[in-house]
Amino acid sequence: MEPRIWDAHCHLSGVPGETPGKRAVQLLEYAGRLGIERICVSMGMSWIYDPSPEQLRAQNDDVLQAVQELPERVFGFVYLNPRHTEASLAEIERCLRDGPMVGVKLWVARRCNAPELDPLVRRAAELGAVILQHTYLKATGNLPGESTPIELAELARRHPRARFIAAHSGGDWEVGFRALRDCGNVCVDLCGFDPAAGVTEMAVRELGAERVIYGSDAGGRSFASQLAKVAGADIPESAKRLILGQNLRCLLGPVLESKGVKA
Amino acid sequence: MKAAAAATVSVAGGWAAGQDRPALPALEQKGTGGGWIDVNVTLGRWPFRRLPLDQPAALAAKLRQVGVAQAWTGAFDGIFHKDIAGANARLAEECRRHGLGLLEPFGSVNPKLPEWEADLTRCAEEHRMAGIRLHPSYHGYRLDDSALGRLLDLAGERRMIVQIVADMEDERTQHPLGRAPHADFKPFPKLLEGRPDACVVLLNWFRSVPLALAKQIARAGACLDIATVENVGGVASLAREVSTERVLFGSHAPLFYFESAVLKLKESALSAAAEAAIRGGNARRLAPLAGARAPV
Repeated sequence: MEPRIWDAHCHLSGVPGETPGKRAVQLLEYAGRLGIERICVSMGMSWIYDPSPEQLRAQNDDVLQAVQELPERVFGFVYLNPRHTEASLAEIERCLRDGPMVGVKLWVARRCNAPELDPLVRRAAELGAVILQHTYLKATGNLPGESTPIELAELARRHPRARFIAAHSGGDWEVGFRALRDCGNVCVDLCGFDPAAGVTEMAVRELGAERVIYGSDAGGRSFASQLAKVAGADIPESAKRLILGQNLRCLLGPVLESKGVKA
Repeated sequence: MKAAAAATVSVAGGWAAGQDRPALPALEQKGTGGGWIDVNVTLGRWPFRRLPLDQPAALAAKLRQVGVAQAWTGAFDGIFHKDIAGANARLAEECRRHGLGLLEPFGSVNPKLPEWEADLTRCAEEHRMAGIRLHPSYHGYRLDDSALGRLLDLAGERRMIVQIVADMEDERTQHPLGRAPHADFKPFPKLLEGRPDACVVLLNWFRSVPLALAKQIARAGACLDIATVENVGGVASLAREVSTERVLFGSHAPLFYFESAVLKLKESALSAAAEAAIRGGNARRLAPLAGARAPV
């Protein structure tokens, strides 16, 4: 039996199509060729590092349109900006509590160990929503607000009841896994870096397969190169099934259940 | 080549119920074009990390298992060692010992070393190599360097393929002691034009070479591999932009999971003819004698 593959990390940028709905359809056409059943989408038709409250709302409206186009196959994560606390909390209520979105996305507006994140994390945790936090440790230098996995570890320790996904495994994944190893409330996603052989084996060895999640970062990345990290890894089939979908379904479970969505 | 008879590529690796370890993906055969040719494979130890397939026997076994008929194979030592002649001799020997008929050695040449021409001669005459591999970003020369022009001329006279490796890994995650900046490929189309005998293949170029420049380089006669090509449906887009006949299957194994390049073809849903060309037909046309040239 083929595993059910859910992709934790997709975007509407870098995909052909004039509307969010058309881009979602296009994304799923590529995803479907590789057997991917569902995708999680965050952020809008264009990249905005530090969105204003109005831009934040527009970005999330794009994702809502994508979800409405294919609600059986597209999940939305609500994009927040810790520099705009009230607007971000309002977006959580609009898109997640009252809307169809199922998780939270934080990108590069503010380093994630900053205290401004605390109210957002607390509210997400109250709603049982997982937080997908961008992390990258770049030899070429991070953006001013771009978080490292070390900073995510700080945040996760402050909020032991919240659940996080370290997007990109910190980019420099050998360091990322070390930084996050002792944070049991943090999973890592495998997306957004080269299909470096051995990455998934190390993730499973250091974190356990239960804390590793497949994601692609499509459309900027191909589904294929990122899926290869699991397909090509020398790990048991049971671990692959966890990574390709079971872990994400477990993380999203409380929110999906509250919305009556069958996983 | 026996292994490729088979099956469709499965994302899950062709898992069967009750199987604890997934089978490796078998390469899809659509009935045209013969076996797969992987133009981007490397032997040896990567200095900054152990790789699952960094033993030549293991890599050769994997390639055979998934149905690769021929792999154009360089050496990590050719990037980092100054004794390139020694690295090339070991490469030739290891290809012969572990992958006769499969691993086609492509020796390294650094045109900034004294007497580099002798390395080229040895690759051609002593080791009977079908081509060579260059690493301008690691060896520190520009793509309009006169020595590179002369190297292309000499290789062209010998009908050797010249592979130019743009990157080995993402510049953002390189080891602090092993950082290699992107080479600037802007001058390269001009160097290549007017050299109709030069047979050039660019490897791992996607992060270094913008698409518009890649198109210029392809128009000047070069081919490009798919190992680092990204974006959804990236291989189909590339084939549209530079023409299918300029696109070659390259995995960048063992640094990358081999499956990445295979799944990219599947994601792109190419026509049977285009896929056959990319997975081997185009490379076979470039090197009709590869394999036949290796010493017995």
